[in-house]
Amino acid sequence: MEETSIIISGFGGQGTLFAGQVLAYASMDNGLEVTWIPSYGPEMRGGTAHCTVIVSAEPIGSPLVRRPDVVVALNLPSVDKYEPLIKAGGVMVANSTLVNREITREGINSLLIPANTIAEELGMVRLSNMIMMGAMLALKPILPLEAVKKALGEHIPERHKKTLPLNYEAMDRGYQFAVDHQ
Amino acid sequence: MVATTEVIHQRPESFTDVHTHYCPGCTHGTAHRLVAEVIDEMGLREQTIGVAPVGCSVFAYRYFKMDFVEAAHGRAPAMATGIKRVLPKSTVFTYQGDGDLASIGMAEIMHAAGRGENITVIFINNAIYGMTGGQMAPTTLAGMKTTSSPFGRDVEMAGYPLRMAEILSTLDGAGYVVRRSLHDAANIRKAKKAIRLAFETQQRELGFSMVELLSSCPTNWKLSPQDALDFVAEQMTPVFPLGDYKVNPALESLKV
Amino acid sequence: MAKELLKGNHAFAEAAIRAGVEAFYGYPITPSTEFLEYMARRLPSLGRAFVQAESEVAAINMVYGAACTGKRVMTASSSPGISLMMEGISYIAGTEVPAVVVNVMRGGPGLGNIAPSQGDYYQMIKGGGHGDYFPIVLAPASVQEAVDYIGLAFDLADKYRAIVHVIVDGNMGQMMEPAELPPMREISETAPDWAVRGAKGREPNILTSIYIDPVDEEVTNLRLLKRWKEIEKNEVIYKEYELDDAEILVIGFGTSGRVASSAVREARENGIKAGLLRPITLAPFPTQRLLELTDQVKRILVVEMNSGMMLDDVMKIVKGKVPVEFYGRMGGVTPLPDEVFDEIRRVSQNTGPGAEDPRDEWIPRLEKIIAGDK
Ligand SMILES: Cc1ncc(C[n+]2csc(CCOP(=O)(O)OP(=O)(O)O)c2C)c(N)n1
Ligand code: SF4
Repeated sequence: MEETSIIISGFGGQGTLFAGQVLAYASMDNGLEVTWIPSYGPEMRGGTAHCTVIVSAEPIGSPLVRRPDVVVALNLPSVDKYEPLIKAGGVMVANSTLVNREITREGINSLLIPANTIAEELGMVRLSNMIMMGAMLALKPILPLEAVKKALGEHIPERHKKTLPLNYEAMDRGYQFAVDHQ
Repeated sequence: MVATTEVIHQRPESFTDVHTHYCPGCTHGTAHRLVAEVIDEMGLREQTIGVAPVGCSVFAYRYFKMDFVEAAHGRAPAMATGIKRVLPKSTVFTYQGDGDLASIGMAEIMHAAGRGENITVIFINNAIYGMTGGQMAPTTLAGMKTTSSPFGRDVEMAGYPLRMAEILSTLDGAGYVVRRSLHDAANIRKAKKAIRLAFETQQRELGFSMVELLSSCPTNWKLSPQDALDFVAEQMTPVFPLGDYKVNPALESLKV
Repeated sequence: MAKELLKGNHAFAEAAIRAGVEAFYGYPITPSTEFLEYMARRLPSLGRAFVQAESEVAAINMVYGAACTGKRVMTASSSPGISLMMEGISYIAGTEVPAVVVNVMRGGPGLGNIAPSQGDYYQMIKGGGHGDYFPIVLAPASVQEAVDYIGLAFDLADKYRAIVHVIVDGNMGQMMEPAELPPMREISETAPDWAVRGAKGREPNILTSIYIDPVDEEVTNLRLLKRWKEIEKNEVIYKEYELDDAEILVIGFGTSGRVASSAVREARENGIKAGLLRPITLAPFPTQRLLELTDQVKRILVVEMNSGMMLDDVMKIVKGKVPVEFYGRMGGVTPLPDEVFDEIRRVSQNTGPGAEDPRDEWIPRLEKIIAGDK
């Protein structure tokens, strides 16, 4: 596969770093090269947290990019920051519950998904990251949805294990939403 | 060769056969001998690692017949910690002056004691920086003249002497903290007993042990050896009272 | 063993454990703290020593003590902490005992920030502590390399009774990558003949860095220098990419080297004959290889996360035979592949003679970039 860079960005506590890790685990388990690098320190100012995941069949050079292929934006500041930076032909998935504007950038494939609303329907707001991930995988099938679910099952922290079925459902709902709205 | 006619003062096995570099009448030599005798009596020589300081006793390792390392100024307790933690069955002691222990090495000594490191510290308090030529130490007495307090230590400007035995005895990690003096034969005997108890503390894993020894520096005090010993007895002991500041109860029944 | 997804700081620490580290002494500082935390969790259960020291000064002196016993010992810190450790590092070098120090570098000088930097190049490579000594310095650029070279660092330290620095930047400490850990090595119970563990059945061992007679010190300095010459001959490690027919030579280490490798790939896709030399041993530096390449390439671009420190070493070797240019980001800014690609393209079109100090041409370019960034 072509080297693909993904930035997952949102407020601290929205699970962006963990979502990136799940993607990284899934990539590794499927024989791909991968790097995961979080924002830390001054970048975390204002309570935002993001990570960059790069997936490739070849050894990866830089773990950081200016222009990502894919952006998963869980809040408005993330859309504002990355919308102009996404590569032409890239993908942006944004959380419309917290992003009260359209994505206007031409030449990218974008999707607004009410992740918090869907998460509330499922009974747990913290699921928004997995809903977004499901939607992203529909638009950019870096890996099969099942592969990412498997990685989640294996790496979800012990204390959250009981929410695993809900997390799977969240990914499915996100994926289906993306399929239905494309 | 240290000339001696008294048979009872045979050279301890833990002592080497070289002439020390200390000034005539300096009590560093006395302190060395006491430590070596105690190590011999306890049969610890082959398992002991000494840590020499920066100060007049920088070459202490020349006089002890045992493994020795030489620390940076003030860091002997940290170095001893590093050794003791990887060789917990060995016996580790530091030998430090007052500049080394109470000034530049204050953090290291406090925290070694606070952690309850099973090491023994021999603390030579001569109220002055000997090696560098007689500057003020943290233990210099109020009013005492040194090259860096030429008009006498002015406590308004330079503060008061630090009483390390008292300070360290407040720490829970300390098992045995006492102050003795080397100014006469009776006190030297008591000092040796204390050194013995300090090593016993370590052997019994009762925590940090320190013997503060009031010592003389005739050279930098500009006194004759005897006058220097009198100075210890008359001037230093009132400021640094001799006594037991912390003794783990397990040591009290010990007959040494 | 299978690959695992490992966070840099954790991977280095685990690799050190598997290489047989018997003691870790450290003090918390971002972005290396996870190293200490990992050791705090792991070492006691293995019956090995861990102490959170009262300061970096104490930590390095604990390392010094344990190193004198001939056991494998290390510490990890970040730039300001390493400054405090320089005292002990010099003593370790002067006493000729082996120890490994990891520096997860951050922006400076002063308190600076906690963002990734390579600004400690001079401090780590040129000594940093007082006196005549030569540290070995390894600069891995991926989690796997870090794992591999931590093991090597201990082997080199033992082999040469020397201090070995492993330097990475904050990116490397924080990032996760798949890597394969080595198996757990047996800890050797036999003490090196110089170690202090109690003079049982032998003459005492004395370990010291004091040589009062200047001639004795000089003899020691000479021994260290000759040992260093051996190290220079035997221990150079580097990686190269696309150098066979390269006309533009890019040189970078650690993260900046890795970023440059992406830029070199892009340059190749754009028909520019660029290649990368990435030193892994910054000391000893791959001087010989650079000299060979100097005869091959038309221009050199040095890329760093500092103000051009390795640049000075490159200039000294190249001696003006080929124009050298520089691109650096400082203060905790990581250059991105597109910036480096732009530089490679610019360099490939530049036929000028090259400045005496490449920084002079770089400063205005950087000022423009900063103005655009902000
Ligand atoms: C970092 C550092 N600062 C200063 C010195 C210089 N110095 C050597 S010995 C000494 C004072 C020693 O005094 P003390 O500990 O009282 O021991 P004494 O010589 O009186 O036995 C000093 C300041 C040094 N060696 N290292
Ligand atoms: S200077 Fe003082 S402490 Fe040092 S050896 Fe001479 S008398 Fe002893």
